[in-house]
Amino acid sequence: MGTIGATLIRAGRRFLSSLPALFGVLVFTFLLMRVLPGDPAVFFASGPSAGKEEIEVVRKQLGLDRSLPEQLGIYLYDVGRGNLGRSMMTGQPVAKDLQQRLPASLELTLTALVIALIAAVPLGVLAALRPNSLIDHGVRLFCSLGVCVPTFVSGLLLIYVFYYLLGLAPDPTGRIDVFASVPPARTGFLMVDFLLAGDVEGWWAAARQLTLPAFTMALFVIAPLARITRASMLVSLGSDFVRTARSIGLSRWQIVVTYALRNAILPVITIAGIVFSTMLGANVLVEKVFSWPGVASYALDALLVSDYAPVQGFVLLMASIFVAVNLLVDVLYGIADPRATAA
Amino acid sequence: MSLTATSSGLRHTMWVLRGNPVTAIAGAAAILLALVAIFGPMLVPYDPVASDVPRALQPPSALHWAGTDQLGRDVFSRLIVATRLDLAIAVTAVSVSFVIGAVIGSLCGYVGGKLDRAVGRFVDVLMAFPLFVLAMAMVAALGNRVENIVIATAIINLPFYIRFARAEVNIRRNLGWVEAARACGDGHVSVVLRFLLPNVLPAMAVQMSLNLGWAILNAAGLSFIGLGVKPPTPEWGIMVAEGARFISTGRWWLVSFPGLALMLAVLCFNLLGDGLRDILDPRMRT
Repeated sequence: MGTIGATLIRAGRRFLSSLPALFGVLVFTFLLMRVLPGDPAVFFASGPSAGKEEIEVVRKQLGLDRSLPEQLGIYLYDVGRGNLGRSMMTGQPVAKDLQQRLPASLELTLTALVIALIAAVPLGVLAALRPNSLIDHGVRLFCSLGVCVPTFVSGLLLIYVFYYLLGLAPDPTGRIDVFASVPPARTGFLMVDFLLAGDVEGWWAAARQLTLPAFTMALFVIAPLARITRASMLVSLGSDFVRTARSIGLSRWQIVVTYALRNAILPVITIAGIVFSTMLGANVLVEKVFSWPGVASYALDALLVSDYAPVQGFVLLMASIFVAVNLLVDVLYGIADPRATAA
Repeated sequence: MSLTATSSGLRHTMWVLRGNPVTAIAGAAAILLALVAIFGPMLVPYDPVASDVPRALQPPSALHWAGTDQLGRDVFSRLIVATRLDLAIAVTAVSVSFVIGAVIGSLCGYVGGKLDRAVGRFVDVLMAFPLFVLAMAMVAALGNRVENIVIATAIINLPFYIRFARAEVNIRRNLGWVEAARACGDGHVSVVLRFLLPNVLPAMAVQMSLNLGWAILNAAGLSFIGLGVKPPTPEWGIMVAEGARFISTGRWWLVSFPGLALMLAVLCFNLLGDGLRDILDPRMRT
């Protein structure tokens, strides 16, 4: 009970301390919008041919005739009400567009994260168990190469091998075949929605579609995760409590997993925030390569036709997710290491 | 630095290089890359932007070592010519953020107080963005040009240099030899520039080499999504983007070769950075 309370207090305190950064993010995104090329009033008026008076009217409507601090206030008020402006491309409110497309991005990113963790932690542990062995060198080589291959290149090469050469992967465009029936959207996560609808065939098709992009993204972050797991496992395996555990004759599994790994996992949690930042960035590239209908490809499409409200909304959304993830990482850290909460 | 210190440093470097051939190879590769960037455009067999449509989309052959693209341009020539632009973007961006970061960071570490807190807040805000997304937004806001890719890449690198320089100066500012310099009548500016910065620079140079690889990936990523570099300019990221349309029909060379170039350049700078760190700071050897 006491621990849960302490964790909650810690979470609350961390949330409060992340508020200034979040406010900074809002101001920064606002300023970015203000330096965007072109006069939004001209843009929103019926076109370049619009008369001067017409532009002035639009300027008033958009609040662009007011002072900068006033405009910032209006912007903060709008964001607070969930109003992120309107996209010219889709004609819909940006918030609604983002909401519709966010599940696709999250499904991809989370799947990739799970794949990366499942691959990286055992790899790091194996390498640490036998330092300088063949496995260790193999893992090190893989890690060194893994951070060097750009996500967009590895994605395209995976398409070449698994779609063109082997024919194992489906056509690498989008989340689902164009002609396939979409399950009723309950969560927005296709994998979950297909299961809820009891459509096994559809689930399989969606899973196949998801595999390549998720692996592409996972490949890029396996390296840092495996590397840090290896380093902290080495420290933990060399420590006194592992020697003690060994001397009293505990099983190997118990020593490695219960004793060493549990202590070694803390640094892995710490860099999870950085890894997630990398993934949100890589997400942009992977969505582009696989025509994945997520928030990033939405922002990219908007960017190419100079439709800035979606880009701004996207940046704000990514930063907010990132702040939230850092908060979560912090709380998890407190749970994994009670000392951090006590301090 | 005296002559003996330099020559013993050189000898130590040679000794470390002999014991660590990977770093030597990486260093040689970095020099080769620089040479290709400088002289490559004069040596290429074909004009990198001249199209030759009848010869479009040919696989690698003796005539075209890396094949031809959709307009019949020689991929190998384009790769070589692109080296200059890719390296220039990364080197300029990293140098800019290195210089600005070193100055701001060491000032914060030395002065402390309000300035330190204000800069700290600014860095926190930058770090609250996923960095690639921030770079994307900045290029979009500042305008779709190559200079802005450099600026954006420099800004997302900045927090690391500021923090690094700040921490390093902060732990040194009250040490004996710094106090001695002050007691000898050195002004604050002189103490920072002549005594503190030189002590911090080597470690930051290592950071620079490690960051170069990251900067290359970032810049290529930005041009892959259509920001900054415009076709027909040869650049590795945009070459991959153009080749992407042909990958599902099996034209692997359009993506693989620029991808390989990117990978080798990044690998080279990463290994070099690791090696330099070993030479400068044996304690951090892993």
